[in-house]
Amino acid sequence: MAESKEALQTFQRDVAAWMKENVPGDPGFLLPLSFLEVGTEQQLDFLRAWQNKLWSAGFLGMHWPSEYGGQGMDPAYQGVVDRELGRFNAPIIFNTIGLGWTGPLLLEMGTEAEKAKYLKHILSGDEIWCQGFSEPDHGSDLGAVQTRAVRDGDDYVINGSKIWTTLGNYADHMILLARTDTTAERKYDGLSFFLSPMKVAGVDAVPIRKVTGEYGFNQVFFTDARIPAETLMLGEGKGWGVAMKTLEYERGVTAGQATGHWMVSIQIDDLIDDLRDFERDGAPLFDDPSVRDQAVGLIMDAKALSLSGRRMGIPALTSDFPMGLPLSSKYRGTEWARRMKLFGAAMQGAGSALYVDDGDAHRGGFWQRAYFSNFGATIGGGTSQVQANIIAEHVLGLPK
Amino acid sequence: MTSVLGSVSLKFSEEQGMLMDVARGFLQDKAPTDKIREFLESEQGYEASLWSEMVDLGWTGIALPETVGGAGLGLGAVVPVIEAMGHALLGTPLIDTTLAGQLLLRAGGAGDEDLLGNIAAGKIATVAYLDGSDWGAENTGLQIAADGVLTGTKYLVGSAGEADTFLVVGNAGGEPAVAVVEASQLDASAIAGNTLIDLTKRTAKVDFSGIVARSVLTGDKVQAALRDFRLLGALLAAAEATGSAARCLEVILDYLKTRKQFGKLIGSYQALKHPSVDIYCGVEDGRSFCYHAASLLGDDAFGRDAEIACRMAKVSAGETMAHAGDRAVQFHGGIGFTWDCDSTLFIRRGQWSRQVFGDAIHHRKQLAALLLD
Repeated sequence: MAESKEALQTFQRDVAAWMKENVPGDPGFLLPLSFLEVGTEQQLDFLRAWQNKLWSAGFLGMHWPSEYGGQGMDPAYQGVVDRELGRFNAPIIFNTIGLGWTGPLLLEMGTEAEKAKYLKHILSGDEIWCQGFSEPDHGSDLGAVQTRAVRDGDDYVINGSKIWTTLGNYADHMILLARTDTTAERKYDGLSFFLSPMKVAGVDAVPIRKVTGEYGFNQVFFTDARIPAETLMLGEGKGWGVAMKTLEYERGVTAGQATGHWMVSIQIDDLIDDLRDFERDGAPLFDDPSVRDQAVGLIMDAKALSLSGRRMGIPALTSDFPMGLPLSSKYRGTEWARRMKLFGAAMQGAGSALYVDDGDAHRGGFWQRAYFSNFGATIGGGTSQVQANIIAEHVLGLPK
Repeated sequence: MTSVLGSVSLKFSEEQGMLMDVARGFLQDKAPTDKIREFLESEQGYEASLWSEMVDLGWTGIALPETVGGAGLGLGAVVPVIEAMGHALLGTPLIDTTLAGQLLLRAGGAGDEDLLGNIAAGKIATVAYLDGSDWGAENTGLQIAADGVLTGTKYLVGSAGEADTFLVVGNAGGEPAVAVVEASQLDASAIAGNTLIDLTKRTAKVDFSGIVARSVLTGDKVQAALRDFRLLGALLAAAEATGSAARCLEVILDYLKTRKQFGKLIGSYQALKHPSVDIYCGVEDGRSFCYHAASLLGDDAFGRDAEIACRMAKVSAGETMAHAGDRAVQFHGGIGFTWDCDSTLFIRRGQWSRQVFGDAIHHRKQLAALLLD
């Protein structure tokens, strides 16, 4: 269903008018740069209230069915809202694992009861979701998951541990991949997928402090935790397929997310504008030939990334390596962002020694923190080094 | 507030697609590597019959107006053909002739239609531009006297041995001017062929002293036309470099997939995989910048976005080609160090592409002023 341009324009004006009145200003404390780093109750309360406000105004889950709290409209409307959220530098919408991954998954494969029970609370922000896939010994190799789920009457008993669990210490539910069968011929066939409650006995989330000094990740320990058998999705042994579907939503390969506004977007213009007032050797920073040259390099890379996004839509210009641009975009984009943010920190002279919470730190240590935080992107979801292997093998056809 | 990124326009027309397909097919057929190796040893660097076929395909008139016998497809349509030429490592005077046509079109007047018609019909023309080794200098030191007599020497003049017409850049009364000289006016001794690093190219040092120009182009249009000539030269150099770098990557990958050491295909080693990925990414960037620039160039004087695009294309593609050629030699090991290995052609092309129409140092300096000031 194609929406008329006029209808979308009218809607955009309504959204913009609402944002102008309702996007919160600086709360006086540090807000997270993405949903991966919600680390304090203060941040959580603030972001929960903001998400609820956006949803109550009718601007979240635009294309989710209205019986589950959505607006029942065309996906194009959510696109409009997301663009305006970016344009107004609105705080992030933090319940990403619910809004972006679990919600679309339930809409596609969930039962009527599951949809009715969970979806509306995901949108309102009342119930927070986390994901239990990675384990301490199995970061990238999901098929090898060892956390055990054993049926006992109307419950499953869970034992094991999950790691890098974003929002784990605040979450009400976890999408949990656990092993119900240790004897399956293929390791994948022994896995099951649960919509597991977090606030039950035997589930302990221990926050992990990151290089930024902040929190956001957790290690979650299950010790004889009992969860209702009805939280099993599809049936025992079906977990791998559900997990792979979830990853499609996580990686944005499949659309359906209630919003895409889950991180603060930092662009090259922010960097250039922000460094103009700095000096080097008594002259403006951007008078220095070496600084100028490095800035040109970063701008060129930003432009190349932007252009390759456009070029993906032109088959004649991608025929040599058809999957090359999409498969290299994470590698390129996250590595560029790291270098860009590092530049923002490094150009501050002595000031680059200051960190978040120091009263003299430029913009509260924004670039220093953004640089450190960016390692979440160059490591998470497959490290850059693994990405380079993937490109070499799947795009260039080099042997394993 | 406008973004420092500026335009990110990228269009690709059906005509461009058709030209790309035809050019790739034609060159695969007519200019395989063993043929290219034969051309290296010849004086002109290509064979006349091949040039005739290229002219018959309309390649010398792609961007010239229909009124002079061109196809009127615009400069964007030249890019895929030059990229395909770069991929084949085929020299020929096509780039020189295309640039001369554009300089004449942009600097000249109604009286130059015959010359343009000749170019569209396959007569070879070239621009005698450099005074010395600095692409970023004014390069208008050659004197054009009021009576049309020239005094001065030009450096690295492309296709000088083959050209029918020379457009000689100099100054007339202190203002930039372009003198038109016919090859028949030059003694053989005036043209001293260079020994070039890129074996597929042909240039010469040309002494124009004492020659009387057939005509002299002057006025405001000349200054703007020379600027566009430099930018278009950078773009076509970039398109050629991108094609060559893509081919170089193919050759590297072929070797990595067939050569075994320590019982394994060498392509399985990350020390060779990851740099190959970086070359691949560079090739993709070069293509993106070239076709972005191609989307912005019209028949009018080039705007700021077009200037940024041409310069970025040259920086990106030139550096990628130089790097790819360097790595091609290294990754081929001992055999890569030999004359007969194709890596020789690529490292030499890389050193040509890096400098021609300005190296990265030059263009990045200009870009800094455009983007940051």
